[in-house]
Amino acid sequence: MRPATPPCATDDYDLAIIGAGVVGCAVARRFALAGAKVVVIEKGSDILSGASKANSAILHTGFDAPPDSLELELVKAGRAEYLADRESLGLSLVETGALVCAWTPEEAGRLEAIAAQGHANGVEGLTLMTASQARATVPGLSGRLVAALEVRDEHIIDPWTAPLAYLTQAVALGARLLRQAELLAGRYEGGWHLTTSAGDIRARAAVNAAGLYGDEVDRRLGFAPDFEIRPRKGQFVVLDKAAFGHVPRILLPVPTEITKGVVVCPTAFGNVLIGPTAEEQDDRVRATVEREALEALLARGAQIVPALAAIPVTAVYAGLRPATEKKHYRVTTRPEQRAITLGGIRSTGLSAALGLAQHALRLHDAFGLPARPRVDPPPVTLPNLTETGARDWQQPGHGEIVCHCELVTRREIEAAFDSTVPPGDFGGLRRRTRAGMGRCQGFYCNARLAEMSRGRLAVPLAVEDRDEA
Amino acid sequence: MNDADVIVIGGGPAGIAAAVELRRAGVPRVMLLDREPQLGGATRHCSHSPFGMREFGRVYLGAAYGRRLTAEATRAGVDVRTGHSVVRLDEGGRLDIATPEGLGTLTARRILVATGARERPRAARLISGDRPVGVVTTGTLQSYVAFHGLMPFTRPLIVGSELVSLSALLTCLGHGARPVAMAEPFPQALAGAPFSWFPALARVPFHRGTELVDIRGTGRVEAATLRHGDGRLETLACDGVLLTGRFTPESALFLASPVGLDPGSAGPAVDQDGRTLDPVCFAAGNLLRAVETGGWSFREGQAVGRALARDLAADPCATAPIPVGFEEPIKLVVPSLLRPTGQKAALADFQLRVTRAVRGRLSLELDGREVWATVRQFLPERRILVPIPPAAFAAGSVRFRLRENV
Ligand SMILES: Cc1cc2nc3c(=O)[nH]c(=O)nc-3n(C[C@H](O)[C@H](O)[C@H](O)COP(=O)(O)OP(=O)(O)OC[C@H]3O[C@@H](n4cnc5c(N)ncnc54)[C@H](O)[C@@H]3O)c2cc1C
Ligand SMILES: Cc1cc2nc3c(=O)[nH]c(=O)nc-3n(C[C@H](O)[C@H](O)[C@H](O)COP(=O)(O)OP(=O)(O)OC[C@H]3O[C@@H](n4cnc5c(N)ncnc54)[C@H](O)[C@@H]3O)c2cc1C
Repeated sequence: MRPATPPCATDDYDLAIIGAGVVGCAVARRFALAGAKVVVIEKGSDILSGASKANSAILHTGFDAPPDSLELELVKAGRAEYLADRESLGLSLVETGALVCAWTPEEAGRLEAIAAQGHANGVEGLTLMTASQARATVPGLSGRLVAALEVRDEHIIDPWTAPLAYLTQAVALGARLLRQAELLAGRYEGGWHLTTSAGDIRARAAVNAAGLYGDEVDRRLGFAPDFEIRPRKGQFVVLDKAAFGHVPRILLPVPTEITKGVVVCPTAFGNVLIGPTAEEQDDRVRATVEREALEALLARGAQIVPALAAIPVTAVYAGLRPATEKKHYRVTTRPEQRAITLGGIRSTGLSAALGLAQHALRLHDAFGLPARPRVDPPPVTLPNLTETGARDWQQPGHGEIVCHCELVTRREIEAAFDSTVPPGDFGGLRRRTRAGMGRCQGFYCNARLAEMSRGRLAVPLAVEDRDEA
Repeated sequence: MNDADVIVIGGGPAGIAAAVELRRAGVPRVMLLDREPQLGGATRHCSHSPFGMREFGRVYLGAAYGRRLTAEATRAGVDVRTGHSVVRLDEGGRLDIATPEGLGTLTARRILVATGARERPRAARLISGDRPVGVVTTGTLQSYVAFHGLMPFTRPLIVGSELVSLSALLTCLGHGARPVAMAEPFPQALAGAPFSWFPALARVPFHRGTELVDIRGTGRVEAATLRHGDGRLETLACDGVLLTGRFTPESALFLASPVGLDPGSAGPAVDQDGRTLDPVCFAAGNLLRAVETGGWSFREGQAVGRALARDLAADPCATAPIPVGFEEPIKLVVPSLLRPTGQKAALADFQLRVTRAVRGRLSLELDGREVWATVRQFLPERRILVPIPPAAFAAGSVRFRLRENV
């Protein structure tokens, strides 16, 4: 791991953000653009160490969000900003649209109400379809389909490059990222005195964006949290790129009270994923995959699109949703202590992050701190990893292809290590480059990656590095 | 004008042997593409394995065998191009390549694909648990050692009992790692005899009928849990998991092409000459059925190269192939197609594998009539050879049956 610059106790920040998930990254950008001096405190060895590293990568419209909720408002605002700033941040968008698939007459009967709710939520492009109309857009759908609701604007994105782009822009504006820095305690005395495992920090205001530890971080800041995190695990199976042609759109189930249900979904990288499960657990760290659940997902996927049965598995993963005892977002503002908690961002945080950041800035404005001059957003250029844009391996001079399955070049890997926010662990390297994420899962390139990443990762791939450290 | 008469994709033993054979048979322009910086394929990292006895009459270790193969190819006048990744295989002898200089398209009268095989990774095996650093395959471990002088762990659990699993154990022992145990889910060792003494000699406990059911670790692997045959769970502290064997063809090019895959072998379906469903496209080596030895792959490449040289004398074979039928517990049959050509076949035998250990009667039927049978015990991952009877080329239906316990 390259040594983090030690935080300097005399350094005064306008804002300290606890947690570099997608929400913390978006907040950092919004405040940096507002001219604030920002520090992001992340306990993991890289950003996206919590809920944000594993999700379905859907940029939601909000068609099924609770009506009149803060969540609906912020999903819509976040999505609008995502689409508006795509150019300058180099953000991806794969315009797949979605079908809510009804497999029984009972489910089909509920589509109309879902459409009506979607209209009421201000979402356009909702069309009820017969089974044959739906199958005309996704020919591989099982013949058992009864009816469907098209959600034209429900799309997919690269879920890792987006938050990285937010934070990269923030850092370009002077924001500071501290990794392997766990917030241990904080006290407010006209300003925040924060104790972290990497040193002390002072800041005028604080935002708790600690995801799965939102309640715990509130406690460490001296607050009685008004919510309790109840992690809800979601497991996924990622199928080989050969599946992509069979699933051109997001295939959603008719949702239940508990979960959005198992989705069959193309990814921006040309794969197809099946998931997530929804499993309550106490553990906030372990997001295990389990054979039975994965087999059940594979079986479910093949019921929805029969051709998927013959397609090999590329990857499996699991993520934990920062759910709480209630369904909605748990946003709390404490103007007397200049603190904002963005808690319980359960299952739409990727879509709502930029909206949550706007909301946090509005809440912060009420703290009565002197406003700083706004700054112009510097353009951010991160490599395109999606299959819809040009990739580096297609451009001359890339040196060589290191990861053959995902066609990742030496130039891309070196660029990631030299970037504004370089990877701190192997997961971070994978998320920034896709190296090792393909069908062979590193059979061909893992040793090479071990060599190229020597001395740069918190947990090195090769053991001898551990002794050197 | 084509870029070559034949383009061979993959410079392992099979691809090199085929390319050299094509040149020897007088084919003027043979191009050999490999995406790695050196030829040799999977033999490059097998630093302690002896190769070449039958092909070259002497033993070479790993990389030296690759160098010998490269020298043969150069001497034979093969146009060798390394650092060339084939990214797409079209029908009709066209392919797309990516090189550090950029993209390109190449065409040839025939294509021969010999992209080898790889071990199944953890994800495709659906192994439960955390997903820490330190879970690798033998090929990866050997690449750490042979190419970079690194080790991915010091106390791994080894999963599997194929020949490659012994190779994995040797690599560990030779580089200072102490495996904590070896575990094989099947009730007996897949590679048979050596497992009765070798792990014991190395003082590594070997468990049959034992499955890996959990991997733990937040950063690096910290422990693994085994479920033994009697249901007992055992958690072992370890810093890595070495997944060996369970090979699968590196058939990405076919997966994405109209030719597709044979559901049994997971490689392309081929006929007795290695011809795929696209008659200008051939295949050989481990791509056909996952793993065989380097020597086997070499000889197979040679034989398919010879048949391919003959095939170039005429238009691409237009005869419709007869599929070779089979069912569970037969896992695969290679070749799974037959095309009557009137020529000597490159593959003299059907090669079969089974999905699980079975005792029973294996038979071959032509047009519903049994022409060959044997009764014995069949074990997974072991080669079963059945000579292809000449009459099979005249039959309307060709089918293998395996009836258990008769
Ligand atoms: C299975 C699944 C599928 C999903 N699908 C979608 C989808 O398709 N679309 C969508 O919009 N959303 C989706 N989501 C939701 C989305 O992923 C989450 O809402 C979002 O990631 C929450 O982000 P966060 O920043 O609030 O939390 P996190 O990502 O958990 O970030 C919190 C960060 O805080 C750090 N931290 C915690 N405690 C401390 C401390 N004491 N000191 C310092 N740092 C600390 C953590 O290490 C972590 O990095 C899905 C979620 C899951 C799990
Ligand atoms: C870990 C391991 C241990 C082994 N140990 C032994 C042993 O002890 N003894 C023994 O006899 N055999 C051993 N083998 C098997 C032996 O190495 C193989 O049988 C032999 O290498 C197979 O030859 P091949 O030509 O079919 O494929 P490979 O040797 O796998 O060669 C395939 C070649 O194709 C290239 N390629 C793949 N895709 C593309 C593409 N799209 N574009 C361009 N090039 C591509 C690859 O770079 C590679 O060079 C071992 C194999 C492994 C993996």
